[in-house]
Amino acid sequence: MPLTPKERMKIPRQAMPEQLPENRAHNFEEVALGFDAVTAMREAARCLECRQPKCIAGCPVEIDIPKFIALVAAGDFRNAARTLKDANSLPAICGRVCPQEAQCENNCVVAKRGESVGIGRLERFVADWEREEGGVELPPIAPPTGKKVAIVGSGPAGLTCAGDLAKLGHQVTVFEALHDPGGVLVYGIPAFRLPKDIVKAEVDYLRKLGVEIKTSYVIGRMDSIDDLMNELGYDAVFIGTGAGLPTFQDIPGENLNGVFSANEFLTRVNLMKSYLFPDYDTPLASAKRVAVLGGGNTAMDAVRTSLRLGAEKAMLLYRRSRDEMPARQEEIHHAEEEGVEFHFLVNPVRYIGDEKGWVKAVEMIRMELGEPDASGRRRPVPVPGSEFTIPVDRVVVAIGNKSNPLIQKTTPGLETTKRGTIKVDETTFATSRPGVYAGGDIVTGGATVILAAGAGKRAARSIDSYLKGGSNGSELKI
Amino acid sequence: MPKVIENIELAPRAHRLRVEVPRLVQKALAGQFVIVRADENGERVPMSIGGLDRERGLLTMVIQEVGKTSAQLCDTPAGAELADVVGPLGEPTEIKNFGHAVVVGGGIGIAPIYPVAQALRAAGNRVTAIIGARNKSLLFYREELGSASDRLMVTTDDGSEGLKGFVSTALQQLIETDKPDWIMAIGPVPMMRSVANLTRQHAIPTVVSLNPIMIDGTGMCGGCRVSVGGHTRFACVDGPDFDAHQVDFDELVQRQAQYKPFEKDAYERYLEHREECSLELAIQKAHHSEKTTSCR
Repeated sequence: MPLTPKERMKIPRQAMPEQLPENRAHNFEEVALGFDAVTAMREAARCLECRQPKCIAGCPVEIDIPKFIALVAAGDFRNAARTLKDANSLPAICGRVCPQEAQCENNCVVAKRGESVGIGRLERFVADWEREEGGVELPPIAPPTGKKVAIVGSGPAGLTCAGDLAKLGHQVTVFEALHDPGGVLVYGIPAFRLPKDIVKAEVDYLRKLGVEIKTSYVIGRMDSIDDLMNELGYDAVFIGTGAGLPTFQDIPGENLNGVFSANEFLTRVNLMKSYLFPDYDTPLASAKRVAVLGGGNTAMDAVRTSLRLGAEKAMLLYRRSRDEMPARQEEIHHAEEEGVEFHFLVNPVRYIGDEKGWVKAVEMIRMELGEPDASGRRRPVPVPGSEFTIPVDRVVVAIGNKSNPLIQKTTPGLETTKRGTIKVDETTFATSRPGVYAGGDIVTGGATVILAAGAGKRAARSIDSYLKGGSNGSELKI
Repeated sequence: MPKVIENIELAPRAHRLRVEVPRLVQKALAGQFVIVRADENGERVPMSIGGLDRERGLLTMVIQEVGKTSAQLCDTPAGAELADVVGPLGEPTEIKNFGHAVVVGGGIGIAPIYPVAQALRAAGNRVTAIIGARNKSLLFYREELGSASDRLMVTTDDGSEGLKGFVSTALQQLIETDKPDWIMAIGPVPMMRSVANLTRQHAIPTVVSLNPIMIDGTGMCGGCRVSVGGHTRFACVDGPDFDAHQVDFDELVQRQAQYKPFEKDAYERYLEHREECSLELAIQKAHHSEKTTSCR
């Protein structure tokens, strides 16, 4: 007997069990523990199975959300997983790191009268169930087209693009500069939000689809885009090299020992596993009073990582107020629960070092909010004479990344914006070079995993049509 | 994984490794570098290119044992593999016909000046090479640099070979007798600093190749920040070559010291391991069984 909509609306949104804050603040295990099958089915039963669902439009990778949720409600997890993977090669990753509250769940009809269906949590449950079952059978793969595609960068944009092109029968090679594939998923996002074996499993799934991954291979140095197309016989290239050039404030003392970019700090911990020294060789000095500069998700990751590394005081310094923070609500909430100290409306003006060149204090100035700036947020303005100093022994600068210029510099005729990002046609993701496509942070500047994945997906579609002769591949209208 | 084809001890605790990385060698130019990981749990260490054999696809690195990773590399026998060799990284040295070009190599820095000398020679320069080490036993590449240059000057701190003194002593003599038009110096920071101080007085354009601590080597981490002319630059993508007269060497020394206690700790552990392992190897040998062939 199916539930009536009224009955469905009565089921409360199911809570996701989490590690207790006092425990998790000191370990790298995942914070959120996931649904069990019963909870997942109960959560799935909340879906109204709308005749005209709005949720799909909020999903950058176009998952058939009502279908997979109905399958979960019916206990058919295998076909639910199939449905997810038809649209998205990385569901266990997206189920964890997507800002669902701003996407699918924001469109959910149930949310008009209460809390939205936990779409992200269900996606995660299904993907985890599948992985623990040893994976479902592979989707149908189109017969080989004989076309070769090179994907530059193995982050969310590149991996998604690679998976979709492989399913369409193309021969795909992913080139990754670091020694492990995953891009920001392995070097940037900490294990307590995204365990690395999950990234590995989703990368292995792409390999099963026939994707070849070459690590420690820097495009723009070892081979240029032109080398890939002229010497190595690739018919098309997708550039997904991300936003990987750290920004500093350019204030005195930034090169003191103990001052890191968020990229370096997180890479030392996540990719190089410095917290396991000496079993792993990459070191990181311990720090008791850590200041992290910034208000985005990367700043949250850095400050929460600092707690796990043993900081007694982990402080977040943000130049605007809480309302302007770009980080996800959930991350801010988790950080607060774990004991991170938030300092709003402050900005460092210089770092002070000891006699050996280690940072020992940060001098800050208080800020107040003035008129709105280009982003629509009120611009922070320094309050004259309000300088003050706090002692710190580590600083992590997480104020954003610019795009890495290597590919742009080594690819003649590849048009870029003033900000250094690659120019693409908004619908096809074609660049100014025929057969060369780009998507993700290298086009948008620092954004989210799922927007990059969405770009990879749509680019795969236009690369496919280019390779099948449907377009000339140079559709960028400048 | 890249295979070690040859491992020769050139000087005490300094080994020349030849590694098979054909495409990298085909693409690399003088002045660029690579990043090496010895094994799966290893750190990423930037290494200078000490020779490119394009015909056989072999990259030469001269490695001085100063810590765990360099010791592991020195212990890697021919036939074994390294976890990764990635590159070529950084901008190549700007090679043109300067006229009288001088390359100065101190200690382990002798290795990377060799491909630079070859490239300068090919570009039509008259090349003088100056190499120096603490003593005779630590010198290497005399033949290589002898053939890649028009003149080779050798110095040792103790006078056991060549001129007694530092490379800067020889460079001072050269400036007085046959003034260089362009100089490149590679070696320990104090040596590069003293060359820079000397050539600044004579206004001779001088380039140094810096090798700070780095992780990715592609501009992503910013760990290799150096101050040049008051501006922060990333050695991995903006360098490794910089105007010697503009480099803040004090800051470089300070940043290089960041992980000293960890480096010492890791090296001591490795030395213990090596000792135990050597004993094991000796016992195996006595029993005519050779299960393990190296201590890495």
